[in-house]
Amino acid sequence: MWSLFHKFGSPPWLYRLSGSILRWLLPITVIALVAGAVWGVLFTPPDFRQGNSYRIIYIHVPAAVVALAGYYVMAIAGAVSLIWRMKMADVAMRACAPIGAALTFIALVTGSIWGKPTWGTWWVWDARITSMLILFFLYLGVVALYEAYENKELAAKACAVLSLVGTVNIPIIYKSVDWWYSLHQPASIKFTGGTTIDPSMLYPLLLMIVAFYALFTCALLLNMRAEILQREQRTAWVRRLAAAGESD
Amino acid sequence: MRVAGSAAFCARLLRRQLVLGLRRPVEIGNPLLFFAMVIALFPLGLGPAPDTLAAFAPGILWIVALLSNLLTSEGVFRSDFEDGSLEQLLLAPQPLYLSVLAYVLAQWLLTGFLLGLLSPLFALMLGLETGAIPALASSLLLGTAVLSLVGGIGAALTVGLRRGGMLISLLILPFYMPVLIFGSGAVQAALAGAPAGPYLALLGAMLCLAVALAPFAIAAGLRISVDA
Repeated sequence: MWSLFHKFGSPPWLYRLSGSILRWLLPITVIALVAGAVWGVLFTPPDFRQGNSYRIIYIHVPAAVVALAGYYVMAIAGAVSLIWRMKMADVAMRACAPIGAALTFIALVTGSIWGKPTWGTWWVWDARITSMLILFFLYLGVVALYEAYENKELAAKACAVLSLVGTVNIPIIYKSVDWWYSLHQPASIKFTGGTTIDPSMLYPLLLMIVAFYALFTCALLLNMRAEILQREQRTAWVRRLAAAGESD
Repeated sequence: MRVAGSAAFCARLLRRQLVLGLRRPVEIGNPLLFFAMVIALFPLGLGPAPDTLAAFAPGILWIVALLSNLLTSEGVFRSDFEDGSLEQLLLAPQPLYLSVLAYVLAQWLLTGFLLGLLSPLFALMLGLETGAIPALASSLLLGTAVLSLVGGIGAALTVGLRRGGMLISLLILPFYMPVLIFGSGAVQAALAGAPAGPYLALLGAMLCLAVALAPFAIAAGLRISVDA
């Protein structure tokens, strides 16, 4: 257990491991994204009330789900780096923030595009939408704080504290649709109790959610690899890598 | 040398902060003046119609309170960081949790508390119904305490940075939003004739959570900033 823990702290080991993970995860992600999108857009029945406009759900819901989960990944990585001083956890935390911000942005934009035909407005100040906007600001705050520090080790510590403080907001965002019932509908997919979505629409949606998780992992690993190379640019193993011109 | 007990140490720290504040009365007056001036902007911007102003009054008063708190939060640790006494505080044997709480309490007493006490005056200027004034004052008293604690986290994280002012607002405003929602909610409930109690209770719950957890984050932030 501890030897594995130490290995995770080693940049060259993590770099090689992420390379071999990406070699099979990247094609799987692309296949799942294409398959899910084609299945959702072409082979599902139209909604009886919303017609075809509901199909944006196949981007909106996965992006929102993974945006929230990404915050947890960032906060847990931050906690690991604060408690065990693990440098690779810093790298993971820093890599999470822009990806999470991008996914939150996608969720907000697709929600707004979906809102126009169904609710008749681009934007409402509803609890779920406002709290997703706050999540977007939280992610950007982490990026801004990290960039403000000259010393990147301290920057990572400060960001870890900030992201842990931010976890207070995440359960509120997650439960906001159930607590304040307004324009945004409550969650349709539940692990316990009845799911209020037809299986013919549910399965492609689940596939897309899995695909978005895989996409998040790929983006995270790619970001981390770039950050590792930049941090370790003066070490022998990176020089050797650069000299060999290898890509993985 | 005898080491002072934690409680005595904190009381002395609180007294020191308050004395330092009271020696410079203009600096205590500044946030209040800011509050008054920004409130004076609204009738100019929105038009002086009493109905509009009264309808917007809860939101205006709360947002301006939030901004003036944001401006004062930034400086809580600044001077002690610059002259090195913060470093001494981190080395002191007394728990940092309590010392940090003393700093924040002093800051709240000199800004949020005074603002809460003076808010009825500004509320009357904006034409808020007198029935909603107790809800306004009590929601501001409770809410600004939460704001001071959360603002302290931002202040601790950015005290070592040269351009902390803009950054602290970006970091802290997302956390101010829930307080704003329930704070102005209390006043709006009172305006509508509904009980403001539930909103005040939620603000109280937030205050409990902030008192319990924020000092840990502030202490961690100060350690990082002093390291830099």
